[in-house]
Amino acid sequence: MIDNIDLSLVDWSRAQFALTAIYHWLFVPLTLGLSFILAIMESIYVRTGNEEWKRITRFWMTLFGINFAIGVATGIILEFEFGTNWSNYSWFVGDIFGAPLAVEGILAFFLESTFVAVMFFGWNKVNKKFHLISTWMVAVGANLSALWILVANAWMQHPVGMVFNPDTARNEMISFWAVLFNQVAVDKFLHTIFSSFLLASMFVLSISAWYLIRRREVKLAKMSILVAGVFGLLASLAAAYSGDESARTIAKVQPVKFASMEALYEGKTNAGLIAFGVLKNSDRKIGDKNEKEFAIKIEIPGLLSVLTAGDKDAYVPGIKDHLYGNQQMGIVSTAEKMENGKHARDVLMSYKKAKLENDTAQISSIKGIFNAKDYNEKYFRYFGYASVNKPEEVVPDVSGAFYSFHLMVMLGFLFILIFAVALFLLHQGTLTEKRWFLWAAFLAIPLPYIASELGWILTEVGRQPWIIQDMMTVSKAVSQIKAGTVITTFILFAILFTGLLISEVSIMVKQIKTGPKH
Amino acid sequence: MTTMISMLFLQHYWWMIISLLAGLLVFLMFVQGGQTMIYSLPETDIKRRMIINALGRKWEFTFTTLVTFGGAFFASFPLFYASSFGGAYWVWIAILFSFIIQAVAYEFRSKPNNVFGQKTFDIFLFLNGSLGPFLIGVAVSTFFTGAMFRLNQMNQVQWATSWYGLEALLSLRNLSLGLAVLLLARINGLLYLINTLEDEALLARSFKSVIVNSIPFLVFFLFYVISLLVSDGFSVNPANGAVSMEEFKYLHNFLAMPVVLVLFLGGVVGVLYGIGISVLKKNIQGIWYSGAGTVLTVFSLFLIAGFNNTSFYPSVADLQSSLTIMNASSSHFTLKTMMFVSFIIPLVFAYIWFAWKAINNKPITEQEMTTDEHLY
Repeated sequence: MIDNIDLSLVDWSRAQFALTAIYHWLFVPLTLGLSFILAIMESIYVRTGNEEWKRITRFWMTLFGINFAIGVATGIILEFEFGTNWSNYSWFVGDIFGAPLAVEGILAFFLESTFVAVMFFGWNKVNKKFHLISTWMVAVGANLSALWILVANAWMQHPVGMVFNPDTARNEMISFWAVLFNQVAVDKFLHTIFSSFLLASMFVLSISAWYLIRRREVKLAKMSILVAGVFGLLASLAAAYSGDESARTIAKVQPVKFASMEALYEGKTNAGLIAFGVLKNSDRKIGDKNEKEFAIKIEIPGLLSVLTAGDKDAYVPGIKDHLYGNQQMGIVSTAEKMENGKHARDVLMSYKKAKLENDTAQISSIKGIFNAKDYNEKYFRYFGYASVNKPEEVVPDVSGAFYSFHLMVMLGFLFILIFAVALFLLHQGTLTEKRWFLWAAFLAIPLPYIASELGWILTEVGRQPWIIQDMMTVSKAVSQIKAGTVITTFILFAILFTGLLISEVSIMVKQIKTGPKH
Repeated sequence: MTTMISMLFLQHYWWMIISLLAGLLVFLMFVQGGQTMIYSLPETDIKRRMIINALGRKWEFTFTTLVTFGGAFFASFPLFYASSFGGAYWVWIAILFSFIIQAVAYEFRSKPNNVFGQKTFDIFLFLNGSLGPFLIGVAVSTFFTGAMFRLNQMNQVQWATSWYGLEALLSLRNLSLGLAVLLLARINGLLYLINTLEDEALLARSFKSVIVNSIPFLVFFLFYVISLLVSDGFSVNPANGAVSMEEFKYLHNFLAMPVVLVLFLGGVVGVLYGIGISVLKKNIQGIWYSGAGTVLTVFSLFLIAGFNNTSFYPSVADLQSSLTIMNASSSHFTLKTMMFVSFIIPLVFAYIWFAWKAINNKPITEQEMTTDEHLY
């Protein structure tokens, strides 16, 4: 094992990955959602033959193109950063994690990149139907690519469908379907694409609202709001439902993350759901960190128990239950998991030693242990805990998890309201008169981006200190390069991504101000 | 039946897929090669725009092939992914950097209010065109010349120099393959433009430039191939996996696998024929011969790097850390599952071909640069 890991290397490697992921995710949701909105608009054009719908489609397609390129550019870095910055992880799980990435390339990226060229350049080169199919293929391809990368990410949250191979010192896949239909993957995919549809709908609604405020492009704006309003309302309702499902799954498979999301330190029955809360440091400590307590909170009694277990008398474990154990509820303490994990590591090291010494009797004996059910359920499942120094390390940043979750949820309900009001006013024929609403819809444009990024912050920060839940910590996964090297590339990426973002926003604003071609 | 597919077969199958993707990637880097000529080839801005638009309609294919190449390597030979990317850090980061700036350069260059100006984005295209093929060539050359890594008993990589891959630039052989790949990309870029553009002046200059690029390409390529055939190679003992040096290993590999030798020779002839008919007969179809030749040549070079008990990613810091298709691969289950996924590749080729033809059914003209709505 490589020990004495430089913590600044781990932190900078995490920072670089976070930087890339945050920038990447500024562009991807718009691609996922807007591609379907374009396909819907173009379908209406092909069906009705109304040239106005073609003009509208082409206008939004221009904005799609500007956003698409930068999403692709930042995406390639993420894929390769698994290798450049997390090489130990890449080997440990490449057998499982690599497969979805390869499928993504073969099945999804080619579909997207092939037909995006037809979509952009084919208006005067191919017939209407072929062009429409190409636009739909871009939407399907983009969303399929999201599926595979989310399957990979879901496996990091809840590793399933694999066994550990002591000879190669890595996990190996035994069920592709278990990996694909991992409950976390299903939840994550649905929640991600619905929230991306929502984001793209808000993008269209906000820009259209701006045109109505300026009393420009009124026809285009209203027709766009009709599509975006219906698509956005359905997507935001689906995002709320899938988000709720996702939270339930987190409660089962990542209980410490769940307890941190709710800032629930002490487990309880009839646990209340915090609708709104502000945290402050309490005098109590977990390790060397202060516990958080609520300075202000609005709580709905019993609802957390009902949402997680369908019963208000159900016990919802808190952070301390998982840290210190709760025999009555059958929860193993972190200290015990650490002991069991160390035992699993010792067995592996004995096996490695026996192999080095070519001690066939010992090799055969230890192999038997690896295959034993009891060993796997009691010890090996906690393998990652061997790298944990103190039990408190397994608690993620509670404030970060709590605020990112609650702010995301609050914004989610706001989006439902905005789309519903937009459709209602459009139906009433009073949308252009309600300038307060147009301003509100216009100013709402950054909010889905914030909600979407918060979702990822919750997902990734909430999983800490693990890179693979319970199996591998981030400090064991990092590539053994100098921290200074990573700092240098972090700075280079930060400068480049920021520069490109400024350029992208500037181009986008100019295109919106110019408006569609007549 | 599927359980009967041997591990060794799957490892060889996946190395073939990787080799094929590598061949396609080098061919598709005609986009990069073309980008290096946006200053030298056109005489006016409108003609530069024609070139950039002709290349810009294909950049995503190259990009996607690179991503798929990476994904397929990760899935099939994860120990290579971990060792090379996690160790030769600077080389891969430089390659990635050059591809980030390419993706946005096409879409942003001619858009108003792009902040940095068209000239900056054109420089990005030039940088990607030059650095991308060159560095990929250098990185691939280490498959034959070796890299500076060590693996511990948990297969965790440590790089033996603090240059993290940049030391590969000190090898004349690595440099010559890098330059050969860059010049080949330029030749293929020219042949693609000849096939795609309708402009007499540009075509005349392109034909001339094919000759100018072909001469140094042949010098570097022949130097590399000769040095490869006469050099020692990294041989693997199939019984115990031990790696040792073997004289004329890659020559032996060609002789042991005559089909691969025929593919290699066929590939080289294809490239030369594509160049020849362009230069001598002013034929605009040279890209297809040269392109197919490029795919075959790279494909066969990859096969001699990995087949016939050869280490495809040798370590010169610790010979026994060298990677082979046997010790670096994924498990039987993953390789088998991925094999079924790979059966869809012909369908992917089919729709790419269909869409390619649909877009390239008419040559690009100067007039199109003033009338089309979606232009780079």
